[in-house]
Amino acid sequence: MSHTSPHDAAHDPHLAHHFPDAATQFEAGKLGMWIFLATEILLFGGLFCAYAVYRAHHPEIFIYAHQFLDKVLGGINTAVLIISSLTMAWAVRAAQLGHQRALVRLLTATIALGFVFLGIKYVEYEHKWKEGLLPGTRFTHPLPEGTTASPPAPVEPAPVGVAGEEATTIPPAARGPAGLADPAAAPPAGPPRVPRNVQIFFGIYFTMTGLHALHVIAGMITLMWILRRARRGEFGPRYFTPVDLAGLYWHLVDLIWIYLFPLLYLIH
Amino acid sequence: MGVSSIQGGGGGGFWLPRAASTGAGAVDALFYFILAISLIFFALIVGLMILFVVRYRRRAGHGPEASPAHNTPLEITWSVIPLAIVIGIFAWGFKVFMDLATAPANAYEVQVTAQKWSWLYTYPNGHVDNVLHVPGDRPVKLVMTSEDVIHSFFVPAFRVKRDVVPGRYSTLWFEALEPGEYQVYCTEYCGTGHSDMLSKVVVHPPGGFEKWLEDASNILNTLPPAEAGERLYRTRGCIQCHSMDGAAGIGPTFRGLVGTQRAMRGGAVVIADENYLRESILEPQSRVVAGFEPVMPTYKGRLKDEEITALIAFIKSLKGENGGGQ
Amino acid sequence: MTSRDATHGPGALAASAQNALGGDNYLNHGRGVWSWLTTLDHKRIGVMYLVSILAAFLLGGVFALLLRTELLTPQQTIMKADTYNQMFTLHGAVMIFLFIIPGIPAALGNFVLPLMLGAKDVAFPRLNLASYYLWVTGALFALISMITGAVDTGWTFYTPYSTTTSTSVISMVFGAFILGFSSIFTGLNFVVTIHKMRPPGMTWFRMPLFLWGLYGTAIIQILATPVLGITLLLIIAERALGVGIFDPALGGDPVLFQHFFWFYSHPAVYIMILPAMGVISELMATFSRKRIFGYTFIAGSSIAIAVISFLVWGHHMFVAGQSNLAGMIFSFLTFLVAIPSAIKVFNWTATMYKGSVWLATPMLYALSFLFLFGIGGLTGLFLGALATDVHLHDTYFVVAHFHYVMFGGTVMGFLGGLHYWWPKMFGRMYSERWGRIAALLIFVGFNVTFFAQFVMGSQGMPRRYYNYLPEFTTYHVISTLGSYLLGAGFLIVLVYLIHSLAKGQPAPANPWGAATAEWQTPSPPPHDNFLQDPVVDDPYDVERWRWDAELAGYRLEGATARPAGAV
Repeated sequence: MSHTSPHDAAHDPHLAHHFPDAATQFEAGKLGMWIFLATEILLFGGLFCAYAVYRAHHPEIFIYAHQFLDKVLGGINTAVLIISSLTMAWAVRAAQLGHQRALVRLLTATIALGFVFLGIKYVEYEHKWKEGLLPGTRFTHPLPEGTTASPPAPVEPAPVGVAGEEATTIPPAARGPAGLADPAAAPPAGPPRVPRNVQIFFGIYFTMTGLHALHVIAGMITLMWILRRARRGEFGPRYFTPVDLAGLYWHLVDLIWIYLFPLLYLIH
Repeated sequence: MGVSSIQGGGGGGFWLPRAASTGAGAVDALFYFILAISLIFFALIVGLMILFVVRYRRRAGHGPEASPAHNTPLEITWSVIPLAIVIGIFAWGFKVFMDLATAPANAYEVQVTAQKWSWLYTYPNGHVDNVLHVPGDRPVKLVMTSEDVIHSFFVPAFRVKRDVVPGRYSTLWFEALEPGEYQVYCTEYCGTGHSDMLSKVVVHPPGGFEKWLEDASNILNTLPPAEAGERLYRTRGCIQCHSMDGAAGIGPTFRGLVGTQRAMRGGAVVIADENYLRESILEPQSRVVAGFEPVMPTYKGRLKDEEITALIAFIKSLKGENGGGQ
Repeated sequence: MTSRDATHGPGALAASAQNALGGDNYLNHGRGVWSWLTTLDHKRIGVMYLVSILAAFLLGGVFALLLRTELLTPQQTIMKADTYNQMFTLHGAVMIFLFIIPGIPAALGNFVLPLMLGAKDVAFPRLNLASYYLWVTGALFALISMITGAVDTGWTFYTPYSTTTSTSVISMVFGAFILGFSSIFTGLNFVVTIHKMRPPGMTWFRMPLFLWGLYGTAIIQILATPVLGITLLLIIAERALGVGIFDPALGGDPVLFQHFFWFYSHPAVYIMILPAMGVISELMATFSRKRIFGYTFIAGSSIAIAVISFLVWGHHMFVAGQSNLAGMIFSFLTFLVAIPSAIKVFNWTATMYKGSVWLATPMLYALSFLFLFGIGGLTGLFLGALATDVHLHDTYFVVAHFHYVMFGGTVMGFLGGLHYWWPKMFGRMYSERWGRIAALLIFVGFNVTFFAQFVMGSQGMPRRYYNYLPEFTTYHVISTLGSYLLGAGFLIVLVYLIHSLAKGQPAPANPWGAATAEWQTPSPPPHDNFLQDPVVDDPYDVERWRWDAELAGYRLEGATARPAGAV
């Protein structure tokens, strides 16, 4: 309704004037955060959809290209995020119980694990950069003989009367001398067949993990702000909403990675 | 050839151009049915609206009269009846669409290439033209692709349309009802020249098409090089961007071009000789004249060497006022 | 704040408390630009949005008039082809992203929603202010794009044209991306407010229908806009980093872009229309002095439209290269989504039956809406049917269709709502005479402008055409002349509304006799929205309000003197 009782307002500095009571405010905050998480799922959903479409049409690109990803590093990152979700949930519990020191330690641990995650991602990205395993026109990694990692001719046969190269103004992806040869990509009989358009995989890889990394950074900035407030003793059993909501966000960031990891790293 | 004026917007009824293909009649029948349903419902709603506004207008001493605020049987009725009607419209539209979706097996195939900003048609014997000539006594199937961005091939008189996408093929088919010329539009926005990307379908009476194709395919053998070159200039898309009379366009004019010095983007200066012309046709992006945009598609693989020679002969024949050209 | 009225209970607003222009109200509570720029008051945020989106509408409208002037002759009239292409792109982008999508929810909804709930504010006032600043930031990026070379891709940004053209695509697309967040946060705010801040006794089916409209809109804003967000990011990635996801030369799929784009942009048109439909429900009830007919179906249809709207995006792509099966499914669902809208139109018409119809300016816009949205909706049938859409797609028929529903629908709803809530927002009445003249001029001008476009479209005239063949000249000339009439109508509206701010009659609390809660507070409302708890009861029980000639407005009779908040 249009006003709170004076009793509540005097006792609860966190109660906003437009909410009738603290319980409604808390529920509103939670509902708002869940809705926000829904929007994040849809944001990533577009990328997962692009992944699904390209993988359905060109499974060979994904099977071939994922070998360039380091499963071990990816696995470590997965474990890092899962543990950070644990410390985060624990931190929320600490706030609810009023355990100030534990809250601060656990938030710090979560942030530290976030740094570990980003550090490993940096190592992976740097490796891709050096190897030329980049999206689109920047793909310069030498592929084994027998490949045509160049702009594709149309999928169906060329029309009658038109011969020769693809007439496009967009320069082709580079093709280089024979280099990497990967026995795992070779079918049992014949020489290894490297698919065309390997760079598509890296377009998907970098947009998905890049957007995810941006969300990890945003989450860490938020947690650092929460940490600062926690160290000032702002949270306790009566008021822990920001910790709770930040925790929800962090869990989502973890969950998205849990889907990304097998889809990108563990393709068979 | 018996061509009449180009049929596109005129000669038909108030709403639709004259139907000129075997499939158009079915589309038109559905159109008019939907129109009739729309008019009936519109008249009903607006009629009731006006009636109520007048009959129940606010007057001194008259308040609103009691009436129910809902009437479930009525509301269900006016939900179910429109639902049935629109499902009927859906089914009819779907049926006609499917009937027109697959070309008959004996269709005559022409390849269509869309580029910014012209249409090029490649006939089964290899001849390329910028006008779509078709026989009038059989179905025609177009297999289309784009050189650059998405275009769309639209012939209103035939009621056919299909997007033309780079990197893949799309098809459409029609069978003309009678000889004539019919307007072709590009109908997917594609940049500066989108509204000038016009073409036409020339439907020949029986026997006429084969004769035309034979004549057209032979121009390199039957015409002097410069004349053949001019024919190619007009039918291969050059004319869209390069004038022959000095007028400004998307690309430099050909008049007085040969033999002059040209300033390129990036500062280099070159002489416009035969080799320069050939390179501009085959690798247009490698050197672009200063003051122009790098939008020309390459013709590598799309012009035979004899055709390039003819084009160069034609361009050389276009003298400027200061004696440029040979 | 001065306490005004000592008496308690419903209908106790004394005559002196009807208009608050001379006393404390939200407009003069806190002075200076800074108090506005840092306000958390939903009413002030609504007013700032109103001014901003009207400025955007003016800009988009000027573009439109220039475009139509160019189209007076078949070849060049006043501008070159590239300028024309940029201008129709900007017209679309500005109108859609800066005006119509924020539109009614931001400018009217922000103001009215808490008042209708008897609440003090929305759930997240700071987020609300942030939404506004996101709008401003998005607008700035759009302006930067306009200044640095504009965009010439069409507002639909189809690839590969949009990823290869040399115009300022990235700043425009980034601006749209930021505007998307403004939209998402507004939707989030409204959903939480409606869920958590309804007063006791206001069950879902006792909410005013404007709130149902806002709620359905908010659902779509929340779920669809992020997909636009990622699509726009991918365009930026394609242009800036050469990612290649939509580029056929790099193995990408240009038609995939269209799926992503329309997955948002189709539901987006329902973001545009649902709030307008909500306004119409309020206007029809109030100005027929009747309970709205078929409340439950109207409320349910808002949700049905919101849900089904997510399933029809492929009807923009019948000729783009999707499979025939997909075309069939999308066509079928498109026809389904037409039915809830039709039901609303029948219900609104039926509301007038045995009513007492008052043709005040807001009602003229509501009736315009019925007429124009009726045409717009019916012409959707032609486009939903596969066979006829093949002929009509990408012609002026489509242009006419969407202008009839977006302009003839949403903008009429917006104008109706603006004229309805204007006295509440600013405490002033505008000139009824000029209001009616302008409404008539706009109605006539609109039909002259756009009906001709249906005919030239079905005759084959393609859209987004700078030059056209001479046979279409007459249609274009008629359409352009109509657009000048339209422009004149809007100019008149602008003049008398601004004039009313200075010289209009002071407005009573309830000039129209409506039964929703916002009319139980003075015009303009105080900072805290209500002087005393409003009676938040049946939102369509207009019988309780009686005309009081002295007030020049309606006053509440104490027919059921329930204390505030009782069930």
